[in-house]
Formats: sequence, C-alpha cells, structure tokens
Amino acid sequence: MQTRKKYIFLTFLASWLLLFFFGGDQLRRFAPFSGRKAEARRNWPRWTDRSLLKSFAEPEELQRDEDPSLLSPRERRAAWLSAYSSSSCRMETCFDFSRCEKHGFKVFTYPQERGQPVSETYGKILSSIERSRYHTLDPEEACLFILSIDTLDRDHLSGRYVRNVDEKIRGFPLWNGGRNHLIFNLYSGTWPSYTGELGFDIGQAILAKASFSTDSFRPGFDISIPLFSKDHPQRGGDKGWLFQDSVPPKKKYLLVFKGKRYLTGIGSGTRNALHHIHNGKDIISLTTCKHGKDWEKHKDTRCDKDNVDYERFDYQELLHNSTFCIVPRGRRLGSFRFLEALQAACIPVLLSDGWELPFAEAIDWGRAAVVGSERLLLQQQTQFLWDAYFSSVDKIVHTTLEIIKDRLSPPRSRSRFLWNTLPGGLLVLPDFSTHLGDFPFYYLQHGYSPSKKFTAFIRAASQAGSLSQPILRLIQAVSGSQYCAQIVVLWSCEKAPPPSGKWPQSTVPLTIIQGRRKLSERFFPFEAIQTDAVLSLDEDTSLSTSEVDFAFSVWRSFPERIVGFPTQSHFWDPEQGRWGYTSKWTNELSIILTAAAFYHRYYHSLFTEYLPAGLRELVDGLAACEDILMNVLVAAVTKLPPIKVSQRKQHKEAAAQQAECGEGAAGTPLPGAPSPSAPHGARVKGTAGSRRFSQRQDCLNQLADWFGYMPLVSSQLRLDPVLFKDQVSILRKKYPSLEKA
Amino acid sequence: IMCASAKYNTRGPALIPRMKTKHRIYYITLFSIVLLGLIATGMFQFWPHSIESSSDWTVEKRSIHDVPVVKLPADSPIPERGDLSCRMHTCFDVYRCGFNPKNKIKVYIYSLKKYVDEYGTLVSNTISREYNELLTAISDSEFYTDDVNRACLFVPSIDVLNQNALRIKETAQALAQLSRWDRGTNHLLFNMLPGGPPDYNTALDVPRDRALLAGGGFSTWTYRQGYDVSIPVYSPLSGEVDLPERGPGPRRYFILSSQMALHPEYRLELEALQAENGESVLILDKCTNLSDGVPAVRKRCYKNQVFDYPQVLQESTFCIVLRGARLGQAVLSDVLQAGCVPVIIADSYILPFSEVLDWKRASVVIPEEKMPEMYSILQSIPQRQIEEMQRQARWFWEAYFRSMKAIALATLQIINDRIYPYAAISYEEWNDPPAVKWSSVNNPLFLPLIPPQSQGFTAVVLTYDRVESLFRVITEVSKVPSLSKLLVVWNNQNKNPPEDSLWPKIRVPLKVVRTAENKLSNRFFPYDEIETEAVLAIDDDIIMLTSDELQFGYEVWREFPDRLVGYPGRLHLWDHEMNKWKYESEWTNEVSMVLTGAAFYHKYFNYLYTYKMPGDIKNWVDAHMNCEDIAMNFLVANVTGKSVIKVTPRKKFKCPECTAIDGLSLDQTHMVERSECINKFASVFGTMPLKVVEHRADPVLYKDDFPEKLKSFPNIGSL
Repeated sequence: MQTRKKYIFLTFLASWLLLFFFGGDQLRRFAPFSGRKAEARRNWPRWTDRSLLKSFAEPEELQRDEDPSLLSPRERRAAWLSAYSSSSCRMETCFDFSRCEKHGFKVFTYPQERGQPVSETYGKILSSIERSRYHTLDPEEACLFILSIDTLDRDHLSGRYVRNVDEKIRGFPLWNGGRNHLIFNLYSGTWPSYTGELGFDIGQAILAKASFSTDSFRPGFDISIPLFSKDHPQRGGDKGWLFQDSVPPKKKYLLVFKGKRYLTGIGSGTRNALHHIHNGKDIISLTTCKHGKDWEKHKDTRCDKDNVDYERFDYQELLHNSTFCIVPRGRRLGSFRFLEALQAACIPVLLSDGWELPFAEAIDWGRAAVVGSERLLLQQQTQFLWDAYFSSVDKIVHTTLEIIKDRLSPPRSRSRFLWNTLPGGLLVLPDFSTHLGDFPFYYLQHGYSPSKKFTAFIRAASQAGSLSQPILRLIQAVSGSQYCAQIVVLWSCEKAPPPSGKWPQSTVPLTIIQGRRKLSERFFPFEAIQTDAVLSLDEDTSLSTSEVDFAFSVWRSFPERIVGFPTQSHFWDPEQGRWGYTSKWTNELSIILTAAAFYHRYYHSLFTEYLPAGLRELVDGLAACEDILMNVLVAAVTKLPPIKVSQRKQHKEAAAQQAECGEGAAGTPLPGAPSPSAPHGARVKGTAGSRRFSQRQDCLNQLADWFGYMPLVSSQLRLDPVLFKDQVSILRKKYPSLEKA
Repeated sequence: IMCASAKYNTRGPALIPRMKTKHRIYYITLFSIVLLGLIATGMFQFWPHSIESSSDWTVEKRSIHDVPVVKLPADSPIPERGDLSCRMHTCFDVYRCGFNPKNKIKVYIYSLKKYVDEYGTLVSNTISREYNELLTAISDSEFYTDDVNRACLFVPSIDVLNQNALRIKETAQALAQLSRWDRGTNHLLFNMLPGGPPDYNTALDVPRDRALLAGGGFSTWTYRQGYDVSIPVYSPLSGEVDLPERGPGPRRYFILSSQMALHPEYRLELEALQAENGESVLILDKCTNLSDGVPAVRKRCYKNQVFDYPQVLQESTFCIVLRGARLGQAVLSDVLQAGCVPVIIADSYILPFSEVLDWKRASVVIPEEKMPEMYSILQSIPQRQIEEMQRQARWFWEAYFRSMKAIALATLQIINDRIYPYAAISYEEWNDPPAVKWSSVNNPLFLPLIPPQSQGFTAVVLTYDRVESLFRVITEVSKVPSLSKLLVVWNNQNKNPPEDSLWPKIRVPLKVVRTAENKLSNRFFPYDEIETEAVLAIDDDIIMLTSDELQFGYEVWREFPDRLVGYPGRLHLWDHEMNKWKYESEWTNEVSMVLTGAAFYHKYFNYLYTYKMPGDIKNWVDAHMNCEDIAMNFLVANVTGKSVIKVTPRKKFKCPECTAIDGLSLDQTHMVERSECINKFASVFGTMPLKVVEHRADPVLYKDDFPEKLKSFPNIGSL
C-alpha cells in the first residue's frame, strides 16, 4: 500500500517535471494573465532583427527627388495641356485663369438668337445668372461664358432636342474650344442605355449636369447638379416641410418609396428589388408598371396587384409621414425623388451606384443622406441643405457659380465646414474673411465669442454747417459707454464736415468719413469699422449710455441678429393682396430701425457685396427703405426675428424732423407713432409722412418679390434688464435710468 | 516551485514510513496541489487556441532572414495594369465585409515571404522598417483578423512603399500568386514613392488590377475618387527629431522654403520673392561645405549661414511645400510637425487623406501660376486665422502623420467609413483638434425653426400628495389657450391618486402617470403621452402664474425652442474666498438658470436628461432629492451653449427657497446644498456651461403707456 503510494507519488512528480520542461513556455506566458489576450491575437511577428531593417527610402532620396533633367514647370504645363484635354480636363489644364484676374469673376451669357427659343427651365437658368451679382454684358471682361443654346435636354428622342449644336457653337467666335464655358444639362443619352452622351462635343467646357456618373465626371472640373422639374421656382422657393423637431422623429412610416418600376432595361434591377421590403405597415414600397406606351407587353405577374396598391397611397402623404425615403436610380442616375425627399425632411436612402452626388465638391452628404443614429440631426440637415442650395433655380445656379469661383483662388475659398453649416456657403463671403471668428454665425460651434467692444456709426445728414445739439449729445452718451471702441461719423452732406476742433472731445477715437450721399452707403463695409459689433445711429437719435450698455450686452448673446430700439412690423393685408407695413405700436415687431441698432459688421459686407446692385439702386431711389432692406437681408440669413430691447420713453427728440440736406437723402423715418392710442394700421397724417409711408410699403413688397418670399419674421417679445420695473430698490438695479419716464 | 518539488522528491521516501495523521493531511494537500497543477498545465498545453498562439509565440522569435523563399517562374501571370474606372461599387466586394455588429472591417495580412526570380535574384528588399511598422500597427489594431475566411480586406506583406526599391514586373507576379488575389479584389497596397525617372507617374506603376491603392502623391488624373486613399509621404525624421509644440504668435520669418532640390525655375521665382520682400522671406538650400560626419539632410544653408533642419521650420509662419519630380513630398510632414502653415504649390496634387481632412483649415494651396503673388495672398490672411492654422497643422501631424501607425489606421478608417457609412466618423471628429472639440458645442436643435403655435404645449405636473394645491394648479393652467394636454406625474407609491370623478373638469385631456419610485428624475422622463414639442414643467404649488404669463412664456419658448424658458431665475457666482461656485437666489441683475418649478423646454431634453446625462448626476439628484432643475440647466446649456430665458417680472413664488426665506434657518442649509450641486455638476461636466445674461423677456408693450385692452398679454407681473 505504502509502496504503491510512493510510486504514484513519484510518477506524479516525474510527469510534473516533464510538463514543466515542455509546457514551461506556456506557463511563463500565462503567469501575467492580463497580457494574455492581446498576445493571443497577434499575428504579425515581432522580428528579432527588426531594428536592423532599412528605411523605405534614404533621407537623401526623400529630400531631393528632383531630377535635373526634368521638364521645367512651364514645359510640364504645356505638356499637360495637350495630354489632359477634353475628357480629362482639370481646371489647371482646361481653364484660362488669366481671364478672371483683371475683372474678377464675371459671367457673360450669350445673347439670345432669334428663332432659337429656349425651354422654360433654361430660361430660368439664364435669368438666374443675369440676376446674379457676377453677371456682365461685356464679353471682354468675362471669366465664364454661358451659351444661349438650350442644352438641358439632350435626349434626341425628345421634342426639346436642339439639333446641330456642334455646328452652331463652332460658329461662335468666343467658343475657343469650350474654354471657360459652362454648359448646363439635365437629361443626356436615350433609350436603351441612357449614357452621358450629349450629342455634341463640349470640348474644354465645364459641364454642370444632373445624373452625373462618376465614370465621366471630371473631378474638380465638372459639377453635378440635382435634377429639378420645370416647375421649380425661379427664386425664393418653398420652405422645407419640417416645422418642428419632433423627438423621436415619430412618423407613421419608417421608409417609403413610390414610383415607376421598369420592367426591362437599365435601372430596372434597382427598382425591381424594392417590392421585397414592402410590408404594408411601416415600410411602404409601391411601384407601378404603367409607363411608356407598351408596358403591357412586358408586364409580369406582380404588375396588376402592384398597380392596385400603388393607387391606394398618396405620394404627398407618404413623404410627409416618413422618416426615410428611398431614392433609387431611374433610367438615369438621379431622380426627382431626391429633391422631393430633401424638401420633405425625409432622409434620403440612396440606391444609385456610381452617381456623383449633387454639389459633392461642397456638400458633405454623409451628414444628410445616410442612415445615421441621430435622425433628428439628419432631418434638420436635409432642411438646411434644401433651403440653402436647392429650393429654387436661383440657388442651384448660384451654388454652381460659387463652386467655380472658389476654385479660382483656393486661399480665398470656403472650407467644407462653411458649406455644411448654417447659414450655408452662398451667404458666407470668403472675400470678407476666411476666418470663422469674423462671421456672426460660428461663435458657438468654435468656442469664439464676439468682440467685447463696439463701433458707433453715426450717419449725419443735417444741412446745418455746424453740429446740432442732438448729435453732440449722442456722441457724449455713446462715448460714455465702457464698451465703445470708436465712433465713426458718415458725413452725408454736401457741405464739408466741421473741422476736427469743432467736434466734442471724447475719450474714444472719432473718425469722419465723407460720404457720397447715397442711402445705401450707410451699410458700406468701411475699413474704419474695426469691431464685430456696429451700433448704427442717426444723428438725431437720442440714447442714454445705459441704454447702449444694456443693448450691447444683449447683442453679445445674439450676435447674428439685429438688436435695437424702435421697431416696426409687417403684416399680410388680405384685402389688398399685398404686404402691409405699420409703424404703429403693436404687439409684434419684425423690423428694427437702423437709426438705433446693434448688428454684426459682416452685414455691411453682405449688404454691399451679396445683394445685387439693382436692389441697392432701388433703395437709393426711395426715400427710406435701406433699413427695411437690411432687416429683410438679416432675416433671410438667420430666419429669425430681430430683438427689441427696452428704451426710455422718448426715443427721438421732439424736433427730430429737422431740415435734411438734399432731396431723398432722408434717414430712416420717424419711429414710433406720436399718439400711442392710434389703432393698428392707421394712416400716418400729413403728406410727407404718407408719401414716405407708402414708399416703405412699396419697397417692402418689391423686396418680397425679389427674394421670392417674405423673409421677415415676427417676434412678440422685448428684452428688458432682469429687474426692469420690479419692486426693488432702485439702488440694486444695474440699469435704473432705463425706467425713467 | 521546481526546486521545491525536487527537494521533496529527495526527502519524500524517507518521510513516508514515519507518516502520522497530521502528516497524512499534509501529504494529501500536497498531492492535490500537484494533481491540480498537472491538470492545469495539461489544459494549457492541449487547449486548441493555445496551440495556435504557441505557434505564433515561436514565430515571434524569428528573424527576417528565416522567412520562406518563393521562386517566381518567369512566365507566372501578371495582373492587369489597374483599372482607372474602379469604384467601390464596381471593383470592391462589399459582401465579404458582411454585416458586422461593430461596424469594423476585418483586415488580413499575408505572411512574409522572400520573393526571388528564376535566377534566385531578390525581387525587392524583403520589408522596410516603415512597412514593418505599418503591418505591426494593423495587426495590433481592432481591424485585424488572422482568419483569412472572415477577412474583408487583404494587405499583402509585399513592400511597395518605394517603387524605386523594387522590380516592377516581378513584384506584380508576386502579387498575382497571393492565395486570395482574385484580380486584386479587396486588396490594399501602400505606396509612398510612386513613379520613376523619367516621367514619374503619380501612381504606383506595378500592375495591380483591382487592388485599392493607398498612395502618396496622387494627381487628380490617377486618383480614383472614393476608391483609392491618398496618404502622406512619411518622413522618418518624425521619429528621430522631437520638436515640442510651439505656441502661436509671431515667428521670425514669414515665408520659408527648406527644400533642397527645387527645379531651377522655381528657385528663381522664390529668389525673386526674397529679393522683393527682404528679411521676412528665407529661401534655404543645401549646404555645400559641410565638414565630414555632419548629415547633410539635417542642415540647410543660406549663403554662409547654416541652419538646423527641421528645427528651422519652427522659425517661420508659412513654409513652402513645392512639388518635385513627385507631387507628394516628405517635407510636408516636417512642416506640419513644426506647426508651420504649409503653402502647398503642386497643381493637381491630391492632398493626404483629402477625403476626410479639410485642408483649407491647415494649409494654403496656391496654384503654380500664382507663385509670384504668394506674398500678397499670404499677407491677406487674418492673424487669428494663421494661429488657428498653425494649431491645426500640428494637430494633423499628431493625428495622421506622425507615425506609420497613424497613417495605417487613418487609411483603414477611411475605407471603413465607406463600407459602413452610417457608422462613419464625423467631419468634426476628423478635423477638430482636441481643444476645439472641448470648447465647441453642436446644438442638436440647430435649425432655426419657430414651431407652429397651433401645436401647443403639454404641462407636466410632478406631485406627491398635495391634492388640493394640485387641483388649483390644474384649474389655473387649463385656462392657458395653448395648453394641449396635462400630464400629472403621481410620485407617491403609498397612496392612490384621487378618483377620476374628483379631478377638475378641464377642456384638454388629463392623464395621470404613476411612477414606480419616488424619484425627482421622473419629472423629466420622456413619457409617450407627451406629444407636443413644448413641455411645461410645473410644480404642484405654482398657482400664482397668470394665464397671460404662461401663454406668453409659451410664445417666448417658440422663439427660443432650444432653450429653457422659465419664470424664477437664479444665478451662480464664483466665491473668491471659498474658491468654489455659489448659488444665488437674491434679487440680482443677472440670471444663469431658471427653476423648473415653472419652465418651458423642448421635449428632446427629456431624452437627454434620462439617457444622456453625464456621469452619475442623475443618481446623485435622485439620492439627494434636490437639484434636478440645476442639472437640467447644466445639461441644456452644455449641449446648446446658450443661456436660459427668464420671462416676466419677478413675483413672490412659493418655491423651496422662498418658503425657506420665510421660514428662517432652513434657508442656510438649502443654499449650501444647492451650491454643492453646482460644484458637483461643474466637476462632472468638466466645465461651467451656464451662461450669465442680464436680460429677461417681456411682452413688447410691457409697462408701456398704451391701453391695456389692446395689449396681447395685459395681465403680467401682478403679484
């Protein structure tokens, strides 16, 4: 018994030792159990001699790869020109930059030829270009040329197909092989292959085309545009359908599609597959076989049932009530479904391989078009994109032009961030600045804050050669503000401004600019204005220092809006079928008079550079409309109402209406009504007053017409100091003087 | 242990005969230990995957000299040249990637071989240091798989980083004989120096059929957008030289050129630039008279002055990166490392990782034709922007250039983003430096919308047992025109809510929700019953708000739907003596919070409060039965970056503090507790998100000399 035990014991020990010899490796590795996992997966060996490995290239080789025998840059460019033309055009080989240097980015449209009618859609495109601030009538100063030949529909089976384009364009003296030309196209190719074939040689022209395939797309040169219908509005455009951010985006349907199913031919594969996902509940996918004349010939077993289902659902209802929308390719790569889905805040799910997405050079479609975890964000992004770039022909065309303009000078171009963030690339002028912190829109996203000082900008137009009392008092009050960095006076009078000795001595620097007596000039981006905030004033405005201080503290919370004192409002007059305007005391406001308002200095640039000259001329021709235009512009950019802050009772001096210099050079009209009891919408007494009033009303309607919609937004609130008129000791209040009657 | 067992082994037999009871226990224990050890060792030894890992354990010890040699017959197949029209949907087999719950592609690496031609001559260097680092990085990453059947992407171990170091035809043959080559489908090649004399192609010349190419130095003509990946040319100096980050601010030179081999034509243009602008432009060249032993690559000269490279790059604001024979230049990496803003002059060059990186934020691209205007173009860039570009340049280097690992992982991530676009990394994550990520906010309700008035709001009343007061609140709130539903959250588990018949009869639906636990966070739960966007949170004792005041509050909320819009306002202050935050409920000129005893907010914040509240704040609030409102204020301010809106004048509120003020010393403890909350939350959020403002919202005509009957909200501010 004991001997047996002894042997067992010995055997155990022996095998234990043996195991140690052969399995020791593992044991050593398992000792630190934590390191085990990482090592088990490791496959690429840690070479014992890895430190001896040579670098992939000697430092010498990396730092001097130049071969002296190499072509000089000039020769290389010349070689490129011949090698990479037409089908592999790039800006540097097929575009003549020198044409754009002298006069900047100017676009010339060929004059319409008689007997050569263009389609309604092409007419819209041409008129969008003519409305743009880049349009020129002089081909000599043009950088970009647009044909007058309608090239939108290049399906030669279509009635709109224009024949012999090749011949025609060769006859144009400016054609020059297509250099610096931009050609628009919506439909190309025809049954059965629907290729990108245009039926004429575009040569070195830039092609802006819908349904662009990545195969024929010349990156950085061509532009993919969305397919839009002939009913697409010229300007303004319908709003997106998202009125509220419902969370979760609880909609009736998760995913919808309604459209044709091609029984044969190109694109049928994609759409044929769609019926599989239809479940009749939250996923609705409806197809019809009815298209073309002879659909019944090809019809299959599903057609009849599908056609019945198809009629049961209303397309608009589906769009409104779905979170995702399928956007499959049609015969061509792009389909109308794309824009429809964007507008409806229905997140597009794209089934179109090889489609170069519209404006992909600028727009980050990953933020709007792909299934993501944050549906709410995606929905909002669809709406932003729709409104910024797609809702009208104007926007589509202008986006195309801006993308080309950005290529001309890369250092002065918009970053991808700008294109994809509110308010969108069209409203951000890289000529103003390329730094995000200089714009009023990006403070929060980038952790900047608006400048802590403001510039008081006073427009003086009084006839008197000497300085009036109100302006002296105004300079006094404004310069008393601790936030005032400088005062700039725009002297808008024929007479020369008083010599510097006559101006009041103040602690802040005072600059006088001799104006040219145009109303729109008060919003010119003067170099002298150095701060983000501008306090715009008329010479007869009366403000106290604490009003200014408080308003500035409010502006710093809302740097993208107009923050000011006297207000007016607009309303829809159903009887006259036009917009009405009132300066009466009302419970709402939508316009802040720029006689006393804070806003961001960027709006001066936007006013002068972004708006077409025609609008500024309109304003200059009227007595008092420039401030309405400014309000309309800011509202169009922000989609938000301005902000009114509390003011003391009397805003302007009783004798505010003093003689002004020159006809039509008047500043803003009398703010506020003299009699508060006058009911809403009452007529202003007096002929001068009523003329001005009707001019302002006309102006408002003309602006709404130009923008294509009424951008102004109404607000029902006013911002007061926290303890305003509260029953606490006046000593505790920071702005006690605001409460004085 | 081994020694110990050996010792017993020798002494054991002698001890056994004298074994006693206590020794027996001792031996049994010893036996069982030995037995256990045996079983354990055996398990380790014969466990299936341990065999596998044991093999790579031995592999690890291998030397590169030992890798197997593969002989390529002269007539072995050569892949097609490479198809310029390849795109992901035509040349890539996404089905190999399948559905993957982690949304990560699986990458397989072929094992290393040495390739020789028929005559036994090497086809290329077996592997370079950088390619080994790159493969190591991939194999250490979560993309890696060692299972060739589950792989979605294949990386050959054939090193093609430098085209000049390999034989083109034979390398192509080596690729073609890879076990899963299949015309190169789903294969990824890394190349940094493409082309060779005299024409220097901008993409790797090795025929590669459908393989993806991660290449340095693509031009727009060779780059297949959305298919290839443009990568940097790695600069080995990154690993050798440590350049500490330099803060923003003026530097000695404005423009600097450090490249040694520039085409004479370029050099002439640069020298003209220097002649025109003097001292602020420095054009360096190679040094001609260096003493022996000084590495020429680390020195640059201007006339007789010698500068250290790359240190000299830190002395300049802008650094020129000119194309050479190739478009991609390693100097770009050095320039970024130095925090110098690269001025890239290389027409048609596809910048590294341009698919995801926004180079306009970190560099200036100037067309070759515009070189003479360079100075004025650079001068027009605002100083603030230059500083940001410097930071951004350094960040790009740190994140995507500094090592082969960074380059490899960024490349794989880009491909991963294409295959799982819904899980793609956002623009901000790719581009924002950590400091910006911290200080910036991305408002989830960013679209400027004024919700339609018609939708109305849902009032949510949190109550415990004050039924009488609750009923009064319900009656009062029901008078508000825009109220669309009333939800009572019954937080008392011991008592049933009153019978249906006892509740006040109101014109809108009234729902009672019973909760499982008496928790304060129940007030912010995203109940399905809340169908409107606007929620009015109201306590069961807030009876002093007039219908006008509530309706006006709702109108204000519509204009600020992403903010908390409330009635009693509060303030946080920094207590300089105690060096911490303090809660203030006095009559102050500023507000930074509103109490949720009566406040409008967007229903989305209910989701955020319930599911996305950072740290342990939610539990902390429930445990302390306090500060849920402060937590909500923190949450909203943090996610939107905006202040609260206080509406209407101050009135006497029956609220915790107010009762406390009436009731003597309660006040003190309450304030201390609230202050504690602020400090706690600020530490959890890592910042103080609350914004202080000096304004409140009143109706346009509030207190104006105007007939009350014509005002929309006349009854405001009555005490």
